[in-house]
Amino acid sequence: MKKNAATKAKAVRKSRQERKFFWKGMLFASPWLIGFVCFTILPVCLAFYYSFTDYNLFNDPAWVGFKNYKELFQDQYVWLSLGNTMYIVILAPLIGMVVSLALAMLLNQKNVPGLPFFRTVFYLPSLVPVVASVMLLTWLLNGHYGLVNQILGFFGIEGPAWLTDPRYTKISLMIMDAWRCGGTMIIYLAALRSVPASLYEAAELDGATGWKKFFRITIPYISPTIEFNLIMSMIGSFQYFTQGMLLTGVSGNQVAGGPSNSLLFYCLYLYQNAFSFFKMGYACAMAVVLFIIIMIATMLARKISDRMVNYDVE
Amino acid sequence: MKSAKNSKWKELMIYKGVRGKVTHVIGIIALVFLCLVFALPLYWMVCTALKYEVYCFTTPPQWFPNPIKWDNFLEIFQRMDLAKYIRNTLVTSLVPVVGTLLSCPMVAYSLTKIPWKGGKYLFPIILMTMMIPAQVTQIPMYATWSKLNMLNTFVPLVLPSFFGSTYYIYLFRQFMKSLPTSVMEAARIDGAGDFRILYNIVYPMCSSILTTVAVMVFIGGWNDYVGPLMYLQDSERYTLGIGLQMFKTAAQPEWTLLMAASTIFTLPLIVIFFFCQNAFLNGIQTTSGIK
Repeated sequence: MKKNAATKAKAVRKSRQERKFFWKGMLFASPWLIGFVCFTILPVCLAFYYSFTDYNLFNDPAWVGFKNYKELFQDQYVWLSLGNTMYIVILAPLIGMVVSLALAMLLNQKNVPGLPFFRTVFYLPSLVPVVASVMLLTWLLNGHYGLVNQILGFFGIEGPAWLTDPRYTKISLMIMDAWRCGGTMIIYLAALRSVPASLYEAAELDGATGWKKFFRITIPYISPTIEFNLIMSMIGSFQYFTQGMLLTGVSGNQVAGGPSNSLLFYCLYLYQNAFSFFKMGYACAMAVVLFIIIMIATMLARKISDRMVNYDVE
Repeated sequence: MKSAKNSKWKELMIYKGVRGKVTHVIGIIALVFLCLVFALPLYWMVCTALKYEVYCFTTPPQWFPNPIKWDNFLEIFQRMDLAKYIRNTLVTSLVPVVGTLLSCPMVAYSLTKIPWKGGKYLFPIILMTMMIPAQVTQIPMYATWSKLNMLNTFVPLVLPSFFGSTYYIYLFRQFMKSLPTSVMEAARIDGAGDFRILYNIVYPMCSSILTTVAVMVFIGGWNDYVGPLMYLQDSERYTLGIGLQMFKTAAQPEWTLLMAASTIFTLPLIVIFFFCQNAFLNGIQTTSGIK
């Protein structure tokens, strides 16, 4: 009887303590809880709701069912912009990986004189704000007086009209993004440094040479890092916007996509629908579709990479 | 016979380290070459910024500005409201630093150091919200801010930071998880409240991650283009990015001035980089999950 009361008292004390911690936890988490409701949950729900309405910001949204989605699949610009985006999504992560990994490998050689200097030089471009780098890009790739074509001309090559020829516009942007790969390079450098030297030594004893060591030891060892970077870069590429916006500019109530609409990226078209044509409902439908595309792509990428990535290293 | 000789020769090379030296030299040459390639655009930006307009359009290009025109950097302040843009950009990048450093450690503290059930459930939700692309929330947010008559103010750009952003909460959580609880327990026994513990004990312990996040938030705000583009339509409120873009589209591109403005736009970030290199490198590495 007495024992029972004691445990009961203990349980009460415990639950009181728990409740105290609960409120304290809520209090400290409250900024995020409020932010989560106001800046994430509600907007996401609203976006879903708007995507089923006609909404131009000035009138109340009017329910139209699946009309926006139907329209979206018949809109040639949606397909065009999706194609342009896919071009970036497929190529940009790969180019970024090759360039940043190559730089990291070069920096990771034994006895590099002035390593911090080189590292800094490779990193600095990634600090240049996007707007400034697009300015710089426009100037460097100027068809007649741009430095790039002048240098190419010096070697007898006639450079293309980088930013006006629709075949080269996206390539120009990807060159710029490769130039700004410093952050990824640092990540790869850290990953390369984490590969234990003993693995290389063992391989050398077995007679492995440079490339073999690279493909059999280095790549498998850093594969989780490669996966992380590729997926993050892929997600970022789906949301490719700023560069396109800066190069095409806004033009009243027409679709603006640069030369032959070659720079009309999905998010750029979405933005124009929302803020140039004030078709907010339609833009929300596009955003919802983008969300779904990104989710599916991420899951696919993870599934494919699961077979290729070596998670055993720790 | 020949192959045997060949392999012996190869062995000798490896023994003498000739092979290693050759690849080393090739590696260094590649490094120097790429270094030039990467540095050239930056050099060209500063170089153009110091030229007279006429010397921009010469063939072959003028590699060193001659004569040097420092006045470009003064002219740019007269031709556009650069001082105002800089001030506005400072507001949109410094206020979020304050907001983030106040809110995110608090949430991370709740997730790691307060023994409550929510911590377990909240964290996966926090991670999940990172999956939602900004485009989804953008339009409803815009509509809401416009209903609240907050367009053309800095509020939509700076206020959300005071409610924590998932990414930085994640960083703080990873860092705080490894902090020893014994000091905090001791302080709690001595009667210190949780706010006291957070500000007097946890903050000083977090100084390195605090700098890292501060730098990251500042750079994010300084570089932000989409936010100001959506919310700031009045030229009084333009940030550097928007102002620069408007200056470019307003007239025939005047490259010397544009490059001067771009240099000014970039310079603060480079200065910060040189002062807090470690914060940068730590930040990049913790975000990628490599310790």
